[in-house]
Formats: sequence, structure tokens, C-alpha cells
Amino acid sequence: MNFRQRSPVWAALVLCALATPVLADDLTAEVMHPWTSGGESAAAKVFADKFTAAGGVWIDRAIAGNDALLAAAMNRIIGGDPPSASHFNTGKPFEELIEAGLLRDVDTVAKSEGWAAVIPKVFLDAVTRDDKIMAVPINLQTENWIWYSGEVFEKSGVGEPPQNWDDFFAAADKIKAAGYIPMALGGGSWAERFVFQKVLVSVAGPELYLRVLKDRDGEALKDAKVQEAFAVLGKLRQYADSGAASRKWNDATNLVITNKAGFQIMGDWAKGEFAAAGLTPGKEYGCTLFPGQEVSIMSGDVFVMPKLKDAQRTQAQDLLAHVLFAPETQIAFNIKKGSNPIRQDVDVSSMDVCARHAAEVLKDPARQVPNPQFLMTNDGLGAVRDVITTYWNTPAMTPGEFSDALGKVLASVD
Amino acid sequence: MQSKRISRHLPSFVAMLPTTLFVVIIYLGCMAWTVAISFTTSKVLPVARWAGATQYERLLATERWTVSVHNILIYGACYILGCLLLGFLTAVAIDQKVRFENTLRTIYLFPYALSFIVTGAVWQWIFDPQLGIEAALRGLGLESHIGILSSPGTAIAALVIAAVWQGAGLVMVMLLAGLRSVDGEILKAARVDGIPVWRTYLQIVLPELKPMIATSVVLLAIAVVKVYDLVVAMTMGGPGIATEMPAKFVMDHLFERGNIGLATAAATLMLLAVLAVLVPWLHLEYFRKAKGGAR
Repeated sequence: MNFRQRSPVWAALVLCALATPVLADDLTAEVMHPWTSGGESAAAKVFADKFTAAGGVWIDRAIAGNDALLAAAMNRIIGGDPPSASHFNTGKPFEELIEAGLLRDVDTVAKSEGWAAVIPKVFLDAVTRDDKIMAVPINLQTENWIWYSGEVFEKSGVGEPPQNWDDFFAAADKIKAAGYIPMALGGGSWAERFVFQKVLVSVAGPELYLRVLKDRDGEALKDAKVQEAFAVLGKLRQYADSGAASRKWNDATNLVITNKAGFQIMGDWAKGEFAAAGLTPGKEYGCTLFPGQEVSIMSGDVFVMPKLKDAQRTQAQDLLAHVLFAPETQIAFNIKKGSNPIRQDVDVSSMDVCARHAAEVLKDPARQVPNPQFLMTNDGLGAVRDVITTYWNTPAMTPGEFSDALGKVLASVD
Repeated sequence: MQSKRISRHLPSFVAMLPTTLFVVIIYLGCMAWTVAISFTTSKVLPVARWAGATQYERLLATERWTVSVHNILIYGACYILGCLLLGFLTAVAIDQKVRFENTLRTIYLFPYALSFIVTGAVWQWIFDPQLGIEAALRGLGLESHIGILSSPGTAIAALVIAAVWQGAGLVMVMLLAGLRSVDGEILKAARVDGIPVWRTYLQIVLPELKPMIATSVVLLAIAVVKVYDLVVAMTMGGPGIATEMPAKFVMDHLFERGNIGLATAAATLMLLAVLAVLVPWLHLEYFRKAKGGAR
């Protein structure tokens, strides 16, 4: 073979070398997400790796903190400089973006892959508008776990986590007496909301929870059970330490990891922090949906895809939607993230004891409620959070005063 | 005559035109737009649906807003007075012909070169019960429960301390420049007459510094109205809503909470508050000047 004969081969090789990065560049997706803590960024990396393996180019736009990301994403999408995809919480947070016509649907991918058959109804309804799927749901979270340190519980003379609130407070007193911080808290009003909703559902039950937050029923607020829940919430205040005010949620989790605090009330993403520290649930630390009624408060994450002008980038969005929802991505991501797969057709037996327990509880429709983000807009929830954080941080405020303030806010927002 | 004057001023008119247009369209235009939006039902996106005063009604019934207004009054008064006092004292101290004056001046002015975010983060660490002063005291075996950032009553004091630390240097530099322009002969005469030093400063020097103090107050007041980053870096408005500020209320509702109508209503009230201070002051200033010119 002389050079003349070989030259087309060389030309092809050179072309290939030149063309590969160009082609890859075309399937670029700029993705905004809030996952910056140890466990979370490991989970985000799963998405990035799977997308890259599928031929895409992942441009990471991580912004620390849910609230900060929400502000930045809203700003960019409304301002006309949208990313390819952005994280949102499942529910109403992106509803107004859909109404404003700023988001595209992912219905073509969803129909061809049969998403509707494998997504739980509450979540399917939350992402469906006019029979079109408008966002890619990626996980199902349980928001009302108590994560506790086995060592702190043992050394304080508390055996298993108590199943009712009276025993729970007795246990918290023992933990305090043993010189530990009973309740690890951090993350400001964002985290205080989880404490509020957990106490509400566990003391008053799913029905009253929905009457208060969904129906905005003023009578429900006066119910003795709801008043009892607010009293329990008030009593819980004294078990957090003074450092809580300026602490981040994952630093609070770290207090439980390092056996400095007894427990933390937080969603299942906290498990990602324990995993990143090399801990196993059921061994060094435990999870429980008690005390009170064992109900799961469900929430989730989605990626919305803003409308883009560039056809190649739109194609990259389709690829991204396919990759995010693929069964193997779902398992790998959710193991790192600590949540459950949104697909109900994947096998969770490879997941940890907490995820399997959550899957068990979630089989019973009577033991699950959607989180407040399904029930009110960002504006409404923000106003509710303002009231919760005022109550939590004002020791002199009584349950009755809190109830009145909450009722006023619930009646005035949407 | 008339046409001659116009042709003489024409170049300066032309030169000023871009700036004038910029100010009118960007500043005044945006202000007008903001006020207009506050009377609509706009949520995530601006819409032209008339809402009357409902946004204002909700705003004034919102505890977080009333707390914010209350907070900025306390913060503003303490910050401006604190900066003036500390700035004046350091300026007087440096004016005593001390050695290393340049070095000291740089050190005192240095905090002003930092952004509020950096200032806030540093002071948050200093006040953090697990990291800062309190942890150090406990390390020495002392029992301490200051918790300045964790108690709703005192968190705003922490903000003031951090802000004064940052702003006092600017006041010092301006007052120092003023002190240098005070006639030395007057000071000498006062000393010869046996007037105590503190009275010399209070009754002779201070009145001379009036223009510098006025400028300082204006600069500090602007910093007060727009305080946002310091709060975000230090307390996030907490504990609870104890350190919320009007600008943060506007920013939170503008994006994160997606309620432009309520956010612009709050912004409009902030504008009115600034105007309420500014208009009488401008009027007084120009009125006095005009009178002075006639004399």
C-alpha cells in the first residue's frame, strides 16, 4: 500500500478525530442543581457520568442551597438565558413557569419509554399538564425521618428509638443529661419546616395534615390533635443547641455522624452524608419514622427543561431526559442520594434498610401524604415558613399564638 | 442674545445627553415600572392585571415586613451613630501627630475595602458559639453563654458591630481630611485661652466638620437602605425573622418566592421612605443656597 492508496484512510481518521469533539459539543447540556454537599455531589456525578457515557457533554452548574438555586434558576429562565435543565422540587414550584410557557414538554421521550405506567400517581399528576409530561421526575424522597446516632443513644441509656412523643422527650432529656446535644439542627427556616410537618403528621395524622395544609380548613387548626402537635413542636425547641442558628443542614448531620448529637429530623438526603462518611444504616446510625404515627411525607426532585432556540441543544435535552430516567441511572443515583427511585418497576432489594423500609411504608396509600410543595406555591410556602421560624425561634410564643398566625397566613396565600 | 446663549451651551448639552437619557430611561423608567407593577397581580412574571392596593394590604399585614422595617430603623440609627463616633474618635487620635500615621490610617480604612459578604462571613465565625470567641473562652475553661447570633434579641447587635467595624474607617478618612483643614491658629488660641481640649473639639472643631459629617451620613444612609449582603452572609435573616431587612424581603419575593407584585410593592415603599427623607433635605439645602446667593 503506497501513500496514495492510504491517504483516504488517513483522511478519514483525521476527520474522525476532528469530528468527535465537534459532535460531542453539539449534545451539550448545561444543568443547574443544588447538590454540593459530600453525598449530594457524589449523586450528581452519577448523572454527569451516565450522560457523558451516552455521548453528551455535561456542563455542571451547581449552586449551594435549595433556596439560592431556586432564585438563580428562576432568574435565568425568566430572564431569557435558560440552562438546558434545572432542578426543582416536585409540586408547585415550577407550575407558574409552565403557565408562562417557558418550559418544553418531554412527552415524546416519556411516551416512547412508557413513563406514565411506572411513576406513582401523585408524582405523575404533579408533572403532567394537558396530558403532557412537563418535567423529568428522578426520585421519591421521604422527608420526615429521624436519623439517630447508635452510640449516643446507647451511652445515654436510650435503647431503641421511642415510638411515642412522651417517651421521646424522656429519651431526649437523658441524652441532654449525658452531655450530648439532643437535637442537631441547621439550615434555618428551610429545615425548621421539616420539623414542623413531621410533628404535625405524626401527632395529628394524615387526614388533619391535609385539612390544615391542603384545604386550609380553619376549623382543623382548632382541632385538639393539631393543637397538641403545635405544643409538641414548641416543646421540641429546647432540645436544639445555640449553634443551630448559623449552621448548615449537613453540618448538623455531621454532629450525628461524629456522635456529638443524638438525632436530626431531616429528609432522606441526609443518608447521603452518612454514606459519604462511610457509615451503614442499622449499624452506626439508625433511621425511624416514629414517634407517633408512622407516615411518609413524600417529596421529590425533578428536572425541568426550558424551551431553547438551539435545535442541537434541544436534542441534548431529549438525551438527558432519557438518561435521567433509565433504570440503572435511577438505582445508582438514588443509592448515593439516599432517596428512592421514582420508577416503581426497579428492584430496590439492592438498597439499604432505610430505603427498603420507606418502600414498604409507601405501599400503603393510607400512610403517605405529599409534602407542602405539592400543596402551595413558593410564595405561600415561604410565608408559612416565616411563621414556623418565628415560632421556633421565639421561646415566649405559645402554641395558640402560633396557630392564630399560621391560620392567618394560610388563609391569605395561595 | 437668546440664540447666542444656546449656541454657547450646545456642546455641553450634547455631551450631557447620553447621561441624561441613561438616567431618565434606566433609573426613572425602572422606578416607574416598579411602581406600576406593584399595582398588578404579577406573580412569577409581570402581568398587566390591575390589583389595586391588594399587594400593599397584604404587605402591611405581613409580620416579616413590619419586623424588617423595625429592624432597619434600629440598625440604621446604631450603624450611622456608631460609625460617626468611632470614625471621629480614630480621626482625632490619628490627628495627634502620632508616628506611623500612614500605616494606622491604612489599617483603619482596610475593612472598608472588604465586601459585606466577606465581613459577614468573618464576623459570623467570630460570633459562632462553636468556633469563635465563645469556643475560645470555653477552651480556657470559662463558662460562657453569650450566643449573640443565636438569640433573636441580640442578633441585630451582631450585624451592627460587623457593619460599624467595616464602615468606621471611611468616616475616619473623611473627618481626618476635615480636621487637617481646621485653622491651626484657632486651636492655638483656644489652648492659650485655657479651654479644655474636649470643649475645643466639641464646640470649635466639630462645627467646622459639618460638611464632612453630612457627606458621611449620606454615604452611610445609602449603605443602610440597601443592606442585604451582610444579612445574607451573617444570619440569613435569622434566628427566626429577627434580622430580616426590607431589601432582603424584596429580593426573596422577587425570585425565590416568585411574587413580583408583593416584591415591587415593598420596593415602592422603600422608595417612598427614601424620598420622604431626601425631599425635605434637598429642599432645605437648595432653599438655603438660594437665600445665601441673594444676600
